[in-house]
Amino acid sequence: MRKQALKPLSCAIALGLGLGMMSFVQTAAAAWQPKKPVEFIVMAGKGGGADKAVRFMQNIIAKHNLSAKPFTPINKPGGSGAEALVHVNSASDPDHTIMFTLNSFYTTPLRQPGLNVDISTFTPIGRMAEDTFLLWVNVDSGIENVEQFVAAAKAKGNAWIMAGTGKNSEDNLLTDFLNKAYGLNMKYVPYKGGGRVAKELAGNNANSTVNNPSEQLGFYQAGKTRALAAFTPARLPLFADAPTFGELGKDFVYFMQRTVVGAPGMSEEAATYYRQLFASIYGSDEWQGYMTKKSLQGGYITGDILMRYWLREKAVHKVMLQKMGAIK
Amino acid sequence: MDILSLLLTGFAIAFEPLNLGLIVFGCAVGLFIGAMPGLGSVNGVAILLPMTFLVPPTGAIIFLGAIYYGAMYGGAISSIMLGIPGASTAVATTFDGRPMALKGEADKALIAAATASFIGGSVGVVLFTLFAPPLADVALTFGAPEIFALMLMAFATFIGLGSDDIPKTIFSIFIGLVFGSVGLDIISGEPRLIFGDIPGFFHGINFLVLAIGIYGIAEMLWTIEVSQGDVMISQATVSVRRILNSLRELTRTWKTMLMGSFLGYFVGILPAAGATPGSLMAYGISKTMSKKPETYGKGNINGVVAPEAANNAASTGAMLPMLTLGIPGSPTTAILLGGMVIWGLEPGPMVFTDHPDFVWGFIASLYAANVFALLINIAFIPAFIWVLKMPFTILAPIIFVLCVVGGFVPTLDMHDVWLMLIFGIVGYLMRKLDYPMAPAVLAIVLGPLAEPALRQSLLISGGSFSIFFSRPFAGVIMVIALVLFALPLLKIAKSLIRR
Amino acid sequence: MRMAELAMGVVMGVFSLYLMWKSAELPIGWIPDEGPGGGAWPFWLSAGMLLCCIAIVIRWAKRMTPESRSEDVYMDGRTFKLFLLNAGALTGMVGLFHIFGAYGAIPLFLIFYLRFLGGHSWRLTGTFAAVTPVVTFLFFEIALQKTLPKGITDPWFEPIFSFFY
Repeated sequence: MRKQALKPLSCAIALGLGLGMMSFVQTAAAAWQPKKPVEFIVMAGKGGGADKAVRFMQNIIAKHNLSAKPFTPINKPGGSGAEALVHVNSASDPDHTIMFTLNSFYTTPLRQPGLNVDISTFTPIGRMAEDTFLLWVNVDSGIENVEQFVAAAKAKGNAWIMAGTGKNSEDNLLTDFLNKAYGLNMKYVPYKGGGRVAKELAGNNANSTVNNPSEQLGFYQAGKTRALAAFTPARLPLFADAPTFGELGKDFVYFMQRTVVGAPGMSEEAATYYRQLFASIYGSDEWQGYMTKKSLQGGYITGDILMRYWLREKAVHKVMLQKMGAIK
Repeated sequence: MDILSLLLTGFAIAFEPLNLGLIVFGCAVGLFIGAMPGLGSVNGVAILLPMTFLVPPTGAIIFLGAIYYGAMYGGAISSIMLGIPGASTAVATTFDGRPMALKGEADKALIAAATASFIGGSVGVVLFTLFAPPLADVALTFGAPEIFALMLMAFATFIGLGSDDIPKTIFSIFIGLVFGSVGLDIISGEPRLIFGDIPGFFHGINFLVLAIGIYGIAEMLWTIEVSQGDVMISQATVSVRRILNSLRELTRTWKTMLMGSFLGYFVGILPAAGATPGSLMAYGISKTMSKKPETYGKGNINGVVAPEAANNAASTGAMLPMLTLGIPGSPTTAILLGGMVIWGLEPGPMVFTDHPDFVWGFIASLYAANVFALLINIAFIPAFIWVLKMPFTILAPIIFVLCVVGGFVPTLDMHDVWLMLIFGIVGYLMRKLDYPMAPAVLAIVLGPLAEPALRQSLLISGGSFSIFFSRPFAGVIMVIALVLFALPLLKIAKSLIRR
Repeated sequence: MRMAELAMGVVMGVFSLYLMWKSAELPIGWIPDEGPGGGAWPFWLSAGMLLCCIAIVIRWAKRMTPESRSEDVYMDGRTFKLFLLNAGALTGMVGLFHIFGAYGAIPLFLIFYLRFLGGHSWRLTGTFAAVTPVVTFLFFEIALQKTLPKGITDPWFEPIFSFFY
């Protein structure tokens, strides 16, 4: 009797051990998975270009069932991304905190050293794209090329209004470049957000802008605004008529990164998981279509290559900000 | 024009069973979200955006549009029932809606809000249908000087809002404006008023933090003091006869409704303005034009009708620049715009010609959403009244919990909850000394719109104020604003001389 | 009441001065060709607040407002006790958010308020204390995907999230 009673018990133990082993093997193979909803911090406000891209990615994740747990976008636009950087830098759960960044990822820690943010401690996940910049004017101005633009801007002196997104932002860097390269004295007027800037140009409240294609596309297609030249190494397929500044003899190229960053101290397993996840988002038809439509450039880079890219860009921005006098 | 035939095609699309279901469901969800303090249409639309890939784009925008509408109706519910505006668009509704609820007329206030919302929304949709393209061109020419003039006008309509104690009223306005300037100064690119280098101040002081602190916590503490903690929050009853009586009384407010609707719509069209200034101006103008302005703030039904008609008309108006120019007129439309991109549509001037089914299906759905939001709202009024009948010692802690969670959710930052608590407690101590609080809340909404517009204008003009008068639209609005400012000041001067 | 009116006027006046000092971190003057500097708007408004406070104190001295004439006590003993209990409980709840998270703090607050301030039955208290966090969780975390603070209870939620997703 006793032996018989023992038998099922030992079977159960054996089975339990076996199951335990199996699940152990399985976890090792299936690797790390998020255990709760993932905080997807956005360095910009609701409705802006970065926010739209994050919600677009969130949609791709949900549509293709790429993750068991949801990704919840959280907007932290405060202080040109300072608030987002501080939040991610001191994240309580680095394995479930990622951030979508722009070039303020380099410029904000440079301009506000008091934040104690060192971007080389962040975990590189994946660069999803590089956004491009073009020089735009209103069609009503009659200006069709950079030569006419320079002549008109010279004639108006500092009454020529260049609208952009905030002081010392990307738009401001480009305006300073144009002023210096062509001997102009355009006045830079900051607005909140690229969409608003695009609208000020279309409504003739500004003379020129350096918008991203996605911001001006609607007005461009409606024939209200015109692209004069691109800050890219080669002409953009969507704006084939606009030469690059390189062609015009001014060697200047500028991109805006659109990159997913992990919190400092993220475990290697989690980082691997996110790198694979965002690689498959990058490869999806939806993302590729989005890139074509928004005239986005750049391939997917990750890991050490991405970190080297950051450090190089940081050095470039440091020089640019120093030239502007924004930092010492 | 073949607008009518386009609209009819639109109705055929909107009344497809799936789309109709989405409208009803969206209105109900929106109403519920809007009725929560701290959650408004922005949250509703942003949160439910990922669900919309399950349906085709037209269904998706119809669904989000219905949520938007439902939430605009729902915002009034929390304003009236709890005295806490759920969103900045519903601030003006608290001024008279709350006193009505305290007088035992919560049902009448709710019906008035729902009906006014319906009228405002309907007028808005009709104007949208008829005049979309020409109005879009006008909206496009509005720059910083026009926006500043408009904000000045909004302030001017509100100058009589505070108490009789003028220094305290001005103090309240100014402190709201100063709090509104916390955060990043976009013109100089520098952080400003970051008290104690706390990172939470980088995003500025959210309007909701001040509003929930003052209208939620301070008001509750005040009510607890007055009632000594043991009576009901208000006497409330509801019956079919009372509803019919309320509706009859409402017919007398038709002028206010129409004024609010038109004003709200035209302010709503303007980029960056959104529905809040429109609703505030409608309240102010309704009060100024009234024969008995002293009854405002004490439960005048016109004080509920005007802002509610205006904010719903404005929310429709805000869709116009979104659809025709690809520019959001309010935070909520900014999210809708993002949605259109996700669904593969390019918002902007071409959308009317490239995707007529989408645009007209959406417009037609707004007509239907209006009707359903009204019906659902009225059907739920008995439930809201039942909530009000709960003993105060049950209602008070629940409201406190709602305030804390509602203060946390918009930014997901405990910093804001602590700030809200401080505002609540200090606000209560100040309220006991008759410092008016409403002007501070309005100022924190309008200030961050007004200041950058002023400085952008001056940058453009090289520091000359003539820019506000040399441009046709800005000049006209500016003159109206100055006249509005002068009227009450003259009154004050007169009374001072007499004294 | 009279003393409270003076005290509030003085405290707010000092606060205005602090705001003016803090605003002056950025230029407060007129920048030629550009208009006001970054600190001008808050600085001059704070200066306006200070003037209002001075007016309030002058009117207090001249007994021009109802509050400055009133000899009533600002808060009697019972009111003060009610204020302390309510504000204290609320502050306690917010503080506990950091330690026990929303789902620990909310039930504790409700139990304290309903049972000890409201004097309701344990049955009613228990029902509210149990139902409110569940509804809050379902509405905010599952339906709206807004994560509330969880403090030390954070790991307990992993199986709950696994159940829902």
